Amino acid sequence: MATEYNAYISDETIEGADEGPLAGQTVAVKDNISTKGVQTTCGSSMLAGYVPPYDATVVERLTAAGATVPGKTNMDEFGMGTTTETSAYGPVENPAAPGHVPGGSSGGSAAVVAAGDADMALGTDTGGSIRCPAAFCGVVGIKPTYGLVSRYGLVAYANSLEQIGPIAPTVEEAAELLEVIAGPDEHDATTRDHEGATEGLADAADGDVDGLSIGVPTELVDGADEAVVETFWDAIDELETRGASYHEVDLPSVEHAVEAYYVIAMSEASSNLARFDGVRYGQSGGYEGNWNESFANAREDGFGEEVKRRVLLGTYALSAGYHDKYYKKAQDARAWVKQDFDSALDEADVLASPTMPIPPMEMGESLDDPLTMYLADANTTPVNLANLPAISVPAGETDDGLPVGLQLVGPAFGEKQLIRAGSALA
Amino acid sequence: MTAQAAESRELATVIGLEVHVQLETETKIFCGCSTDGGEEPNTNTCPVCLGLPGALPVLNEAAVESAVKIGKAIDASIPEETTFHRKNYYYPDLPKNFQITQYDSPICQDGELEFSHEGDSRTVGIRRAHLEEDPGSIKHAREGTGPLDSRTTGIDRADYTLVDYNRAGTPLMEIVTRPDFRDPGEVRAFLEKLEEVLEYLGVFDATRDGSLRIDANLSLIDAEDVHDDGSIDEAVLEAANRTEVKNISSHKGAETALAFEASRQKKLVQSGREVAQETRHFNETHGNTVGMRSKEEEKDYRYFREADLPALRVSHWKEDIDIPELPDARRDRFVSEYDLSEEAASKLTSTKQVADFFEAVAERFDADLAATWVADELLGELNYRDMLITDVEDRFDEIERLVELVADDEITAKNAKETVLREMLDEGDDPDAIVDREGLGKTSGDAVQQAVAAAIEENPDAVADYEDGDDGAINFLVGQVMGKTGGSADPGEVNQLLRAELDG
Ligand SMILES: [Zn+2]
Repeated sequence: MATEYNAYISDETIEGADEGPLAGQTVAVKDNISTKGVQTTCGSSMLAGYVPPYDATVVERLTAAGATVPGKTNMDEFGMGTTTETSAYGPVENPAAPGHVPGGSSGGSAAVVAAGDADMALGTDTGGSIRCPAAFCGVVGIKPTYGLVSRYGLVAYANSLEQIGPIAPTVEEAAELLEVIAGPDEHDATTRDHEGATEGLADAADGDVDGLSIGVPTELVDGADEAVVETFWDAIDELETRGASYHEVDLPSVEHAVEAYYVIAMSEASSNLARFDGVRYGQSGGYEGNWNESFANAREDGFGEEVKRRVLLGTYALSAGYHDKYYKKAQDARAWVKQDFDSALDEADVLASPTMPIPPMEMGESLDDPLTMYLADANTTPVNLANLPAISVPAGETDDGLPVGLQLVGPAFGEKQLIRAGSALA
Repeated sequence: MTAQAAESRELATVIGLEVHVQLETETKIFCGCSTDGGEEPNTNTCPVCLGLPGALPVLNEAAVESAVKIGKAIDASIPEETTFHRKNYYYPDLPKNFQITQYDSPICQDGELEFSHEGDSRTVGIRRAHLEEDPGSIKHAREGTGPLDSRTTGIDRADYTLVDYNRAGTPLMEIVTRPDFRDPGEVRAFLEKLEEVLEYLGVFDATRDGSLRIDANLSLIDAEDVHDDGSIDEAVLEAANRTEVKNISSHKGAETALAFEASRQKKLVQSGREVAQETRHFNETHGNTVGMRSKEEEKDYRYFREADLPALRVSHWKEDIDIPELPDARRDRFVSEYDLSEEAASKLTSTKQVADFFEAVAERFDADLAATWVADELLGELNYRDMLITDVEDRFDEIERLVELVADDEITAKNAKETVLREMLDEGDDPDAIVDREGLGKTSGDAVQQAVAAAIEENPDAVADYEDGDDGAINFLVGQVMGKTGGSADPGEVNQLLRAELDG
């Protein structure tokens, strides 16, 4: 059982339909995705005991396709973390690299797949939360184009950035799961019906990279750990021997991406998490003082350190007098990042980089140093700012036996391209 | 300034309004729940309007359509692209602790509304009108006692507060005027006109509790700072200390609150004191405004784009959506088409229901009869009873039947009005039942003839007077016949019958 890695928050089973493309398969679901009648905590004690009265659209689609949900997976509290150590339900250990973190925030989902405790899993990716744990645990993760998969039922952390996506042992399985959950939803006004984007995804996993043009943004390779860079180039070599070619491209804007990402994500989080005030979630009543103080107390008790840090910073960034300096500037940077990706993708079919600039950290190592943890998201966050799809596939291991992931980024709704390229490696 | 100088200052009142109107749509603005608020608390709710984690808003097109109609009616421009924002603040009636509203790109911009006040035509500029969601409603309570009045009692004094989310997500339109009002009476006239227009558009129901909520800004400036064309420099407005009066929920309340506030400020200024810039609460019971306990801090709502709702592109709807004939145009048409007086036409177009009913009656019978019966008799009797046209909307067919009885000469106009209509309104019966019960059906020819013969026989003196040329005597005889027939005979007809009998 994956419980030895603390990968599940609850292991209540949700049965799927008897037939369907996922019949007989188990798909674990990250605990920030609403499941009717089954507790959904987001890794927070604020939502301990919260049982949604409705299913997220992706859960409806999964179970209708025959999948069984074996449990809800552990995660950084409200998705805020890169290591799955900020969960109120304890940290998750990496089954592929014991003693190390599984990455985050969908660490539980990647861990159950890596440990073989579930056939596949759903994660969510706001700034790398699917790709990072996929890379650290040696499995495949896809962050879809913003608008490909319904977010209805996903408890929002930063709603302009995040998507639900699959984590699986192989690209083909991840593509199968994506095919089931993708497509427009009347409950999510940001989903889009992009011609051909949701069909034939699994069939695209044919490993054919002959003629594929790969752009390598130097900015995303230069700063990375040596062992990671070495493994990354080995993977690019492998693709080259199969007929792909690569060239270097520039993404000058990504220098500002992490800052812009955190300002936007924290700002949105400060608003998205405002509803957790002790009236209907968390500890209600029993506090001294007026209602305002009571809200503050409920939030003080219910949220962990990292959540409080991000909510406070986000509130600050949106405040009168600071809004233009931070939030507006971050939006400008976001537009610039989008432009940069568009031009880079004009010259290449996909862009490749290490998913994470570092191999998995040891457990407990980064908790006291949030800035280092934030900088670890340098390669993943720009993709969310640009609303683009990306996949992380295992690129190999460092000499110490730590998994390294290769990230491929494609044009909007270009998931098939990523699946085809990625399937050459996994 | 000395007290004397202060006293002699000529002041002008400047008022601007923020009017919140509930839009009459079947479902809420961001979910499929019914907007009927009247049921058990928290029954018309779903994950979206409860603000449950993970739920997402989806914009109700009917609310957008209503907004575009309002935009057309107030001659506003509808921008190419309009967006939604979050207004962040903590309050227990707000399910998400933010309200989805519009900020820097409202759906309606730069409109105006013309209305008449004390015989003059006035036009007030409308800066913007935007869509937003209504919060839920709350009841503050204390242990052992019943609910406190949430509108006048602060949440801080309550032991606990009950929240009802039925209202949460009801579509609202916030209409923000320019500071173009110069006295509280104008505000009332404007609100009456606004409500009339909204009802004509079919986007608003004035009878719904809480459907109209008004915040008003009032400040005083030197009268000489008002230019001849009525405009005031921005700098003068900026410099004046203004108060914001909240908690106004009716036309009359607006006039009362602002009249109180204007005179309160005047007294302060004239005694050389300063008007504090503050938010004040209107107390409807006492007709006064009360400063909030402490000076409210400048609120920072941390507005930012609502990413869950894509930008709205509906400027072309302005051409695609038709709006009905508005009250001013309809009044003019009534004057020319039905040959009515301005006064009658105004009365008949005061609400869409009255105007529609009048036209229905006019088409079946004739315009004069319809005007008399709708404008004079029906509205007069309703007014006398403090009733609204909407109270009898479902009895229009009965009222039409009453007009038919008069038109077909089956009852007299006098009985129709004084007995049948009044009893219809007071007792709720239908006209035929009342006519039967009261025996008001016009008496048959034979019975009238008999009464005429009897009157002649019983009143030889009057007959003699008539024969001697005293034409007035005939009126006495008509009265006698009317008495015998219980008023059901037609006086003109009786007059003729008597003359025929006596002259023959
Ligand atoms: Zn609802």
